[in-house]
This record gives sequence, structure tokens and C-alpha cells, in this order.
Amino acid sequence: MRREIPILIAIVVGFVYVIQFFVPHAPFDKFQNWGNDWIQIIAGFAIILGVLNLLKVSLEKVYKKSKGWGYAVIIIIGFLIMTGAGLFFSGGKNYQNPGTPFYYIFFNIYFPLNATMFAILAFFVASASYRAFRARNKEATLLLLAAIFLMLGRTPLGDYLSAGLPTGWQLKNISDWIMDFPQTAGQRAIMIGIALGIISTSLRVITGLERTFVGGE
Amino acid sequence: MGAFLTLGIISFLYKDNPWYKFCEALFVGISAGYWFCTVFWSQFVAKLWDNIYPTAGQPRQYVYLVGGILGLMMLLRLVPKIGWFSRWPLAFVVGGTAGAYLIGYALSNGMKQVKSTILPLWVSGNLNATVGNIILVVGTFCGLIYFFFSKEQKGTYGKVAKLGIFFLMITFGASFGYTVMARMSLLIGRMDFLFGTWLGLIK
Repeated sequence: MRREIPILIAIVVGFVYVIQFFVPHAPFDKFQNWGNDWIQIIAGFAIILGVLNLLKVSLEKVYKKSKGWGYAVIIIIGFLIMTGAGLFFSGGKNYQNPGTPFYYIFFNIYFPLNATMFAILAFFVASASYRAFRARNKEATLLLLAAIFLMLGRTPLGDYLSAGLPTGWQLKNISDWIMDFPQTAGQRAIMIGIALGIISTSLRVITGLERTFVGGE
Repeated sequence: MGAFLTLGIISFLYKDNPWYKFCEALFVGISAGYWFCTVFWSQFVAKLWDNIYPTAGQPRQYVYLVGGILGLMMLLRLVPKIGWFSRWPLAFVVGGTAGAYLIGYALSNGMKQVKSTILPLWVSGNLNATVGNIILVVGTFCGLIYFFFSKEQKGTYGKVAKLGIFFLMITFGASFGYTVMARMSLLIGRMDFLFGTWLGLIK
């Protein structure tokens, strides 16, 4: 019961979704619309589950006075402030409008933290690329050259450096050529590979062969 | 406030410190709150509540209760004794996604890409297009050969797969270049904020 019903649900829902592509009429088309909305609602609850779990872990840390419990208090306070602003003090559905407390916190706290967190990755990427990009073999050299040509070709520095060269040899055009042909060829191989992988995995789910998502007893 | 938080995160480049940890914890808490509010208004209210209790004149669609019940079952994961009920909504998502992707990916990633790769290998009077088409066809074919692991990659087959790796490396190099540029542009944005908006040193 704990494993059989979920597997049955996956099989039935999967089949109905596939059938709807071939029979786009009632009741299948309606089910697909409802199903898509239900999946979004479930995804919403899944995010809530993650948030509740974060709060549970943080509260446990505070209660047990574990190492770094003060930061867990900051997490809880941050959550309560943002949630309070978004749910009660920002005009309901228009909570994201400029001028609301939610927007103020988003613009002055969330945005700088988010942008800086990703911006400092530039330094880690630079250090990682120094180690990975040393042209130790043909593959690494190709990766290095493609990245360098692309970065130079997409920035004003590339235009400046290659301004005196014939049009076809200017870095911008070399970068465009790399993107249009060898890069596209590799990208297509990856996309077709992904499609084949997804088709086989989906077939396994729909036929009930793939059961790992139900876990153990 | 923005400058204080920006500098706090940047301080991690020196070493892990309480200022950074404070900013990190605040980021986690605020992010959780942000997503909670977003989900509440865009999923629970817009998809669930508004369909069950619509504005005057609209029919009530109780069928959306199914989504709500499945969602609530997801939360049962927090109760260990009946946590296995959360497999039902998970199975619904897995089955629905498998069904939708089976055809969707076959069409978009599979058929369309294959169709776009079936190109003439000789374009009369246009050397650029001829070379370009040959690269596209050969590169895609060799890349796919590399992904076929059911046969040992040695001999001629191995050489074709090796050529496929070269094309894949160029693709990864381009993706890496774009990633670096995106991160750099974020960094420039933050520096512009610190030295321009905050300190007023950049006009």
C-alpha cells in the first residue's frame, strides 16, 4: 500500500499526460490544465515544507543552544520580518509593488545580499579556472580558447584589440562563428542526449519500472 | 544598509568572520520569507483560493481542492508516523512530469534538433555555409557517438568519440565564458553601487 499506490498514481497520471498530446479533447485537455495547476500547488507546499524544515532546524539550534545558535536567531528574525511584511503590511496581492514594506526589504536587503553572494563567485570562478584552464591537454586547450574568444568577443576590449584586423578575423566575428557552428554542434549533441535520457527515464516511470522515487518501506 | 550588507558578504574573501555569518544568516531568513510570501500569493491564493472562492459571477471550481489536499499530504512528511503519505503527491508530480516531458522533450530537444542538423553538406557558391554545415553535422554526430556508452570507445569508433569530446569542450568553454561574464557583471554592479551610489566616487 505504501509503495503500490504511489507507483499506480505515477503510472496513471503519466499515461493521461501522454494521451492528452494525441487526444487534445475533453476530458484529457481539462485534466492536463488541472494537473498543471495541482502540480504548481504541490510545488508551493513543497517550498513551504522546506521553509518549515529550516525553521524547525533553527528553533532546535536555539533551544539546545548549539554552536552558532545566534545566527539561527537571525534566520528566524529575518524570516518573520519578511513574511510579516509580505503577508500583512504590503497590500495583499500587490505586495511586490514599489513603496510597500515588502518591496523596501527586497530592494535594500534581499537584492544586495543576493547580488553580492553571486558576485563573489567571480573570484572563486577565477581561482578555479586558473587551476582547470592550464592547457594541459588538447581538450583543456579547446575549452580555454573557446572561453577566451567568447569573453573577448563579447566585450569592448575585444573590439579594441582586434580593430585593425580584417573583418573576418576580428574577435567579435570569431566569437560569433564559434557560437554559431562548433558550439551549436556540441550543444545539439547534448540536447539530443538529454532528450534520449528523459524519454527513457519517463518511459520507465510510466511503465512502473522506475520505483526509486517511492523510497523504501 | 545595502552597503553594510554588501561589504559583509565581500568580507568573506578575506576569511570567514562573524560579519559575513550575520549577513549569510540574514540572507537565508529573508530568502525563506521571500519565497514563503511568493508561494502564498501566487500559488495558494491565485491557484487555490481564487478558484474555490472566485469573485462574484464565477463558478466555484472544487476540483482545485484535489491540489490542496495533495499539497497538505506533502506536509505530512514532517510527521514521521504518517510521513509515507507524502509519496502520493510526489508520485503525482513524478508521473505528470514524466508524461509531459516524454513528448515535450522528444519534440523540442529531440526531433527539432535532429531536423535542424539535417543540412546540405555542399552549398554551391558559399564556402562559409558549406564549412559551417559540415561542422554542425559532424560535430553533432560525433558528440552523440561520445554519449553512446554501450560500445567500448576504441579504434575508429574511439577516434570519432574523441572528436565529439572536442566539440563538447568548445561548448563547455562557451558556457563557462558566459558564466564568468555573468558573475563579473554582478560584481561590477556591486562595485558601482559601493563606489557610485554609496560613496559618490563614480559619477
